[in-house]
Amino acid sequence: MATPNTPLWEVFIRSRNGLAHKHVGSLHASDATMALQAARDIYTRRGEGLSIWVVPSTAITASDPAEKGMMFEPAESKIYRHPTFYEVPEEVGHM
Amino acid sequence: MYTQALNMAETDDRGLEDAGKAAQFQARIDAEERIEPNDWMPAAYRRTLTRQISQHAHSEIVGMLPEGNWITRAPTLRRKAALLAKVQDECGHGLYLYAAAETLGSSREELVDAMLAGKAKYSSIFNYPTLTWADIGTIGWLVDGAAIMNQIPLCRCSYGPYARAMIRVCKEESFHQRQGYEIMLTLCRGSEEQKAMAQDALNRWWWPVLMMFGPPDATSQHSDTSTKWKIKRFSNDELRQKFVDATVPQAQYIGLTIPDPGMTQDADGHWRYSEIDWTEFKQVLAGNGPCNRDRMAARRKAHDEGAWVREAAAAYAAKRARRQTAQAAE
Repeated sequence: MATPNTPLWEVFIRSRNGLAHKHVGSLHASDATMALQAARDIYTRRGEGLSIWVVPSTAITASDPAEKGMMFEPAESKIYRHPTFYEVPEEVGHM
Repeated sequence: MYTQALNMAETDDRGLEDAGKAAQFQARIDAEERIEPNDWMPAAYRRTLTRQISQHAHSEIVGMLPEGNWITRAPTLRRKAALLAKVQDECGHGLYLYAAAETLGSSREELVDAMLAGKAKYSSIFNYPTLTWADIGTIGWLVDGAAIMNQIPLCRCSYGPYARAMIRVCKEESFHQRQGYEIMLTLCRGSEEQKAMAQDALNRWWWPVLMMFGPPDATSQHSDTSTKWKIKRFSNDELRQKFVDATVPQAQYIGLTIPDPGMTQDADGHWRYSEIDWTEFKQVLAGNGPCNRDRMAARRKAHDEGAWVREAAAAYAAKRARRQTAQAAE
């Protein structure tokens, strides 16, 4: 008999105070409590974290890499959003 | 070895695919770009990686068996704690790798079922028995040492999730190799019997460990596509030679003899080993190694005996979800 599927969770860990939670991988667990415990065992065996988030993988909506050109075009074409676009005379110094 | 799956032939179905997309894909690989799960990839690339990564995962899981055999008999509490931590790491490595394999579209359950049904393989090295405590030292020193040689280039593999999993694995493997070597060092500094035990373990593991790197380059034609796709970065013989060159001085330091009377050092400093008995390798691969049947039986037993735990966890989660829906409706 085929083994029934267990839900997939994405794991995020805050490694140090002041840093953001970062995606570290995924795991399978029946519920949130077991997912947290499994995340501790799988991803923090050597003090890698101070805090863990687990999120059901199905709750994530992702952009389509095939459409990344169109998706990110507005950012590509606006070089005036960068400080280096503007000219400041050398005499003025660091700004 | 852990890349044993890459020695298998892959059918070429490029004819059925969009030639433009395939060329674009190869251009990305050539530019050292990483391929991510939702990117377009040739069906053969997906198949090769699914087979390779899942087989690597199965190897980590089956690899817990020969070592688990000694947890309750470790000579001291320090050794026992270290071995327990190492075996736990192997389980973690299996889980990172299953997660990486799943990003290619097969579920972990399907992959595990394929292994239990005997349709997917695991590394042949785990079909050898661990007869004495010195075998635990030898596995850490040589089997994990060989695994590191093979896995470091995989950290730069073209498939992102596999490369990232390998980075985590390699960091942890270093502890495994050092703890193994320390066991050998301690035995070699001990009584005559202890030193003899270390030598006996090396004698039994040396050749199987060299076989882990897979068939010689001259006879395996199948790594061409894996090399072109930058899954594999070095040939079997190149990695094997690197391993031998690194290991011989380590053996000499603790006073152990490599069981290869024909071994010589060439002018460039490389240690040249004698012919490997590939019939033994083929026999073990075909299921006729000393422990093939034991390993499969142990995995199937563990899986079957764990069925009630998976069912209970699923039933509990379903009950909680129902209760939450009912409370929300009130």
